Parts: sequence; structure tokens; C-alpha cells
Amino acid sequence: MQTNFTEAQLADPHVAQSEKILRRCVHCGFCTATCPTYVTLGNELDSPRGRIYLIKDMLENDRPADREVVTHIDRCLSCLACTTTCPSGVDYMHLIDHARAHIENTYRRPLIDRLIRGVLVAVLPHPQRFRLALALARLARPLASVLGRVRALKPLAAMLELAPQSPLPAAPAGPVPVEQPVRGRVAILAGCAQPVLDPGINAATVRLLSRLGVEIVTPKGEGCCGALVHHMGREAAALDFARANVDAWTREIEAGGLDAILITASGCGTTIKDYGHMLRLDPAYAEKAARVSALAKDVTEFLALLDLPRLAPQNLTVAYHSACSMQHGQKITMQPKLLLKAAGFAVKDPAEGHLCCGSAGTYNILQPEISAQLKARKVKNIEATRADLIATGNIGCITQIATAAKMPILHTVELLDWAYGGPKPAKLAGLERA
Amino acid sequence: MSEVIAFLKPRAEVLARRSVIIADLADLLPPECLVHEARELVPFETDAFVAYRRLPLAVALPKTTAEVAAVLKYCHRYGIPVVPRGAGTSLCGGAIPQEDAVVIGLSRMTQILEIDTFNRTATVQAGVTNLSISDAVSPEGFFYAPDPSSQLACTIGGNIGMNSGGAHCLKYGVTTNNLLGVKLVLVDGTVIELGGKHLDAGGYDLLGLVCGSEGQLGIVTEATVRLIAKPEGARPVLFGFDTSEGAGACVADVIGSGIIPVAIEFMDKPAIEICEAFAKAGYPLDVEALLIVEVEGSEAEMDAMLALIVEIACRHGVKTVRECQSATEAALIWKGRKSAFGATGRIADYICMDGTVPLSQLPYVLKRTGEIVQGFGLRVANVFHAGDGNMHPLILFNANDPDEAARAEAAGNEILKLCVDAGGCLTGEHGVGIEKRDLMRHQYSKADLHQQMAVRAAFDAQWLMNPSKVFPLDGRPAMGTVSA
Repeated sequence: MQTNFTEAQLADPHVAQSEKILRRCVHCGFCTATCPTYVTLGNELDSPRGRIYLIKDMLENDRPADREVVTHIDRCLSCLACTTTCPSGVDYMHLIDHARAHIENTYRRPLIDRLIRGVLVAVLPHPQRFRLALALARLARPLASVLGRVRALKPLAAMLELAPQSPLPAAPAGPVPVEQPVRGRVAILAGCAQPVLDPGINAATVRLLSRLGVEIVTPKGEGCCGALVHHMGREAAALDFARANVDAWTREIEAGGLDAILITASGCGTTIKDYGHMLRLDPAYAEKAARVSALAKDVTEFLALLDLPRLAPQNLTVAYHSACSMQHGQKITMQPKLLLKAAGFAVKDPAEGHLCCGSAGTYNILQPEISAQLKARKVKNIEATRADLIATGNIGCITQIATAAKMPILHTVELLDWAYGGPKPAKLAGLERA
Repeated sequence: MSEVIAFLKPRAEVLARRSVIIADLADLLPPECLVHEARELVPFETDAFVAYRRLPLAVALPKTTAEVAAVLKYCHRYGIPVVPRGAGTSLCGGAIPQEDAVVIGLSRMTQILEIDTFNRTATVQAGVTNLSISDAVSPEGFFYAPDPSSQLACTIGGNIGMNSGGAHCLKYGVTTNNLLGVKLVLVDGTVIELGGKHLDAGGYDLLGLVCGSEGQLGIVTEATVRLIAKPEGARPVLFGFDTSEGAGACVADVIGSGIIPVAIEFMDKPAIEICEAFAKAGYPLDVEALLIVEVEGSEAEMDAMLALIVEIACRHGVKTVRECQSATEAALIWKGRKSAFGATGRIADYICMDGTVPLSQLPYVLKRTGEIVQGFGLRVANVFHAGDGNMHPLILFNANDPDEAARAEAAGNEILKLCVDAGGCLTGEHGVGIEKRDLMRHQYSKADLHQQMAVRAAFDAQWLMNPSKVFPLDGRPAMGTVSA
């Protein structure tokens, strides 16, 4: 597509990068077809091609963001289905990242929007605060229906409704000893929201890997990957999170060596794999960040390398929900399903598997109406498989889908841990295997 | 690019009433169905023929036939031009608006209304994408045959407007051969129904007339299409050749000998490289030209037909023959082919031609196409429906270089004239739109064009519907004066 930037504009490396991305787009329109918001709203402005055009117009004209542009950019889930579809290889992710940062820098949001975003940024990436907030949310839950009646307060209602109704699960008992001979040494991202919402996921990962002879370390100083704030356009804060993690893992790489940095939430994985790009302009970090990104792996990517034994079939059918960050962000499509099949589960692919469940980081809080429609569509497709349970690789999807699906939803690695000798996940209390 | 193709001068009286028109449209449509803010109109200024751009006056995104009718009735009453839009995937600018026009986009009309497997029909709203018809009927063992490369995104309404084709049309025919009925909103808002679930109706074949009328005779809001039972099996086979002419001659011979495979697709070396880079389908990279030939039916049928095709290919010096081994491989082979245009965006901007020639002329036209593009100092990639003689030279250029862009457009015009002169036509499946409008005179005599315009005027005497398209701007009769 033709672009129209001056030399002066292109001197800004962010603009130069976006110009390159825009030049790739041939405006063919294929991306519209797999975009969850276009499919839901039927307006090109809420499609990747429409947003690309809005961004192009805004950047070319050096214009601050305005209400119209912000409305349509905000509705983007960042699911990246468009990048899977795009034959031209348009790097939509980095284009929308730039647009979000531009919005954050040039647009003043309405007060209530600023407040809600401020709370999310202050709470979610910090496990202690998040834990406390969830406890309060449980008490305030009855207010959700009242808040939901006021349009501007719907995000608050959505927040309360997402908070787990039962008390948070306690962290399971410590790791089992590593089997000999040791086959490798990996770091595992503890993360921010996941250990609060579901500490069982990383516990299952540690148990499984330990039994497989993989030593696991959790370096001091690591924390939120930065994705949450990054998707809100807060680039500086995102880069701070990234630098802290790069530092923590670099210390570990230099001390004991790491074969991989494992991530059990694919949303985080997409971001950590992008650290090399995010910090490319920071001479002190560019190289270290690229090394970290190269080591980053989803836990299923790593497990697929370990040649797990094939187990006898169980009489349990799993609907595999591929998180957008897994299939579109990281292009991991086969490994989780192959692992589940090898572990004896029958695996089914729900229809419209490319469509987002509406979780998308903080999207289900900030855009509750679109999110709810996507959730309903997703759950309908999953339930049509008549599977016994759902497996996925992202805590966001687990939280989202669990609020509506009739069958239990677990992380893939929890099922693998169980199949390969670990305890039965509590969520599966009523289910028996062969 | 400096524009060679003119649009109609906007009607001053319409532009002057812009705010009134928008206020009136707001009374006819729910708020989320009307786009009118300046910023929000920009993404509607073009389609996949992105070199040409015009902002619309407003965009209506109705959800029902009644809303389409209300908007059309209003625009007709006040003399406001209307440009229909499906998914905006037109390669000839069929959906590019103009400053005084209201775009009526069908993207919210996406319901599948009825699947009737007993009568083998599906009735859908016009904004349903081509592929989702096949997806919806696939569990019952059926599909909708015409398959434009953009079938993932393009709408059935747009397919009807352009009488779209696709790779598998060699055997099953194009849109018009698979369309049984439409609900059509006329320019004054009257709703009529043409055809139905039956094969043909008495009286004039108005359905045939509407199919391919590029949004100038009315707006289709619902369509009833024919469903076809899926074959027992289908197998794409790759045939690699040392020369494009050899591959072209092979196609002419296959068809000439009376064999009709489901599809015969052609790619030259640049196209093979582009598609392989995207789809990793395993196309041979050591050949100058590739044919994808798909046969279908029982194993025995496929084997028998393939044996005949291989024999002909051998006579034309085929270098490699590779049968696809799995459903996954077949899907990749088609994914690469159908993504060819978009994938070209990885290496350059392009414009895509759509000329169609008699098969006997294929080798000659391919050779001349290469020479013409080279003469303009540009590169070309060829990827097209060879069995139909429907050529798609992609002229590669740099859109940020006005001189290159102008040369690309000029080369395109030469190629289309070449197709006409070789006994073919300007467009096989993409439509005339804005792109080929001024070349219509090369294809048709004055009397031919007059007759077509008379038909058009019978539906839309004021020339409100997609008015800048299809017919050259000069030589048009004064509004309301044409009679058949």
C-alpha cells in the first residue's frame, strides 16, 4: 500500500517501523474474515484492515489520537488472528503496539476510563495487591448487577463478575525431587495473575518436569512480563517489567546456565518472545533481551522435545481451546494436542477455533459487551464437541471460559501431570478415566 | 499515483446538503449502522484496488432488507449516488466510493437463512462470505462451488455483483451458473424477488442480468444458491515445466482433448516462489512454470483421468509430476494458490489483471505479457485459472514511486488490450469496476455499449447506482434520455 511520510517523520524509529509494516499491506481484506470484532460487529472500522487504515491516517498526518480512532483501536483484542490469516505478512502486532503507545501519549481518556485503567495497572501485575483485590471483589460481588446498569461502570461490574466466587486456592506443596539423571535446567516464569488465580498450574509443571529429570529454578526479581500494561499502551512501564525480567534471567543464565525459560501462560509467552524487539532500541539491553527471547518457550513446546511415552487411551475427551496468544501470537498449534493425545486423551477441535474467547488480557474488563458475545460463541462451539473437559494454555482463557462453560477447564500441563503420575486435579473430581 | 482514470464530478447539490442527508439517514438506521465522522470514513475510501481512493459522503451498514430499501428509497428521492459494498475485496475498484455517494455496506447482513439439503439449496443474506456457505453445509456433505481466491473474505453479494469465478469453476461454472434466486432492492427501494429454488423461471432471465451487473441494477440482499455434493475424493497434482509456453500448451491440449478436471491452475516461477514462501506447500522451485491440476471422484476415476493428463503433459515435456499425498498437503497447495495475490505483497505492490483468452492463444499471450511488462521496465508474476483461459498477470511495482505506478497501470492496459485482440475479453471474473472502464471501448462498439447502457437505464434512469463504474464517462447518454 502506498504510504505518505516525510523524511522527518521517518527519523522516528517507531514511525519508520510502522511505515515498513504498512507498506506490506495490500488491502486485500482477507484479515477481516477471521477478526473476532469484525465478525461480531460487521463494521470495517472494527477490523484489522480498518484499524490499519485508521492508524495509517493518524500517523501520516502526525495527529494526536482522537475519540473515533481510540474507540476502534480499543476494540482490538490483540488476538492476532489477522496475522495468521494475512498472506502479505503484515506485522499487525507491532503496528497496534505503536498505535496504543501513540494513544497513551496523545489522548486524554474520560475520567472513569482513566480510573479503571489506573486500578488495573496498579493491581494486576502485583500478586499481593491482586490477591487482596480479589478478596475485596468477592465481598463486593453483589454490587456487580447495579454497576452493570451504568454504561461507564460496566467494566467495574465485569471485574467483579470475573473474580472467583470461592476462596483462592492455596499454593500446593513444594516441588518433588528432581529425578536423575538431570536432563536440563530451566527457569519457569512465576508471573503475576496466574499464581494468584491458579497456583496449581505451575505446581503441576514443576512436578511433571521434576519427574522427567528437569531442574527448575525461579530466579529472584522476576515478575509480571509486562503484557498487561503493554496492551494498554504504557510502553515505558512495559519496558521496565521487561528489563527486570531480563536482568533476573540473565543472572541465572550467567550463573548456572538455562536450557529454556518456560512460560505456562501463552499470553505472557508472546510478550517475552518479543522482548528482543521491545528492547531493540536500548543498547544496554538489546542483546540480553534477544537472548532471553530466544530461550523463551511455552511449556508444551518444551515438553514436546522430551519424548514422553505414549500412554494407553483413557475414556476422557478433551476439547482443546487454543489461546490466541498460543496459535496466533506464538504459532504453536500442534504440540499441545499431540501431547494430550500421547497421554491418552481423545482430543477434539471446537469449530471456529481461530476466534478469540474474549478474555484477551484486560479486554473482558474494558470491553465487557463484545467480550461477553465472544465468550458465548466460544462456549457454544466448545460444548458442541460434547467433550468431558476443556484444556487450554492460558490463564486468561481459563478464567473467562470457566464463568460460562458447563465442563471443567484446565491447563494442558495439569492434565499431562496427572496422566504421567501426578495427582488428579481437583477440578476433575467427578470424572473418571479408563 | 497520478490518476489516469477519472471519477464522475461529485454532484454539488448533494455535497451541499451533506449534513441534512446524514441527519435523515440517522432517522432511517440504528446509530451503530451509520458511519459519518470524517476520520471514520477514511477506511472506506478504497477496496483491494487500492491505487484509487475517494471518500464517501456516509456509510450505511444496514442489518435488514427493509433498511437497505429505506436508504435506497431516500437516496433515489434526493438524487444521491449509492455505492454498494460487500467485503471490499474488489480488485477492479468495484466498491470504491465517491464524494457524493452513500456507501451501502452489507457486512452486517451475515445470516444463513435456510439450508435445504433435500433441494440442494442454501438461502443466505448477501453479506455472508463465500466460504462460510461451504462451511455451513460441509457437515451435510455439500459445498458451494464457485471459489474466488478471496473466498475467505468476499461476500456472496459481491460475488453476484461481479459474477465471480474461482479455481474450481472450470468444472462447476461461475456464480451465474450456481445462482438460483435473489432478493433485489431496486434503486427506488422496491423489493423484488428473482428466481427461487427451481432451475429456471418463465419470462426474461433477469437473474442472469443481475448477476455481474456490478451493483448498478439494484442491491442484492438475499441469495439462493445451488449446493453440490462433495466428491468421494479430490486430488491436486503438481506438474512442473521448463517453460511457461510448454505449460500453456499443455493446458490447451488437455481441454482440447475433452478432459475437464475440476481445476487447472497456472503459476510461473515468480509466483511459485512467492506462494511457497508463504504457504510452504512444497511447490517445486526448480521449474519455470507449474500447473496445479485437481481431479476428483472415486479412486479409479481419478487414476484414469490423471493417466490421460500425464500422457498429454509428457508430450509437452513435463519435468516433474507430484501427486499430493494427504489432505493436509492438498490444503496447503490450495492455501498457497489462493493466497497468491496477498502473498505478493511480501515482495512488492501489484495490480492484478483479469483478461481471459481462448486457450489456443494462451502460450502466445503469456509470452507477449512478459514482453509488454518488461518493455515498461517492470516485473510480472503469473498465477491464474489456466483451464478457463482466465489470466491474472500481477504487475509488480513500488506504490511509493509515482513513475513506476504509472508504468504499471499503462502496462496493465496494454495487456488487457492484448487479451481482447487475441479474441478474449477484459475480465473473466473480477468485473470491470473503475479499472477497466475506459477499456470497454476497446472491447465493445458504440452500439454494443449503448445497448448495455439502455438496459442499465431501465433499472436506474438517474445513474445513481455505482455510477462511476463499468461504462466510460464520455459517450454516456444524458440522464434519463436512454431508451432501448
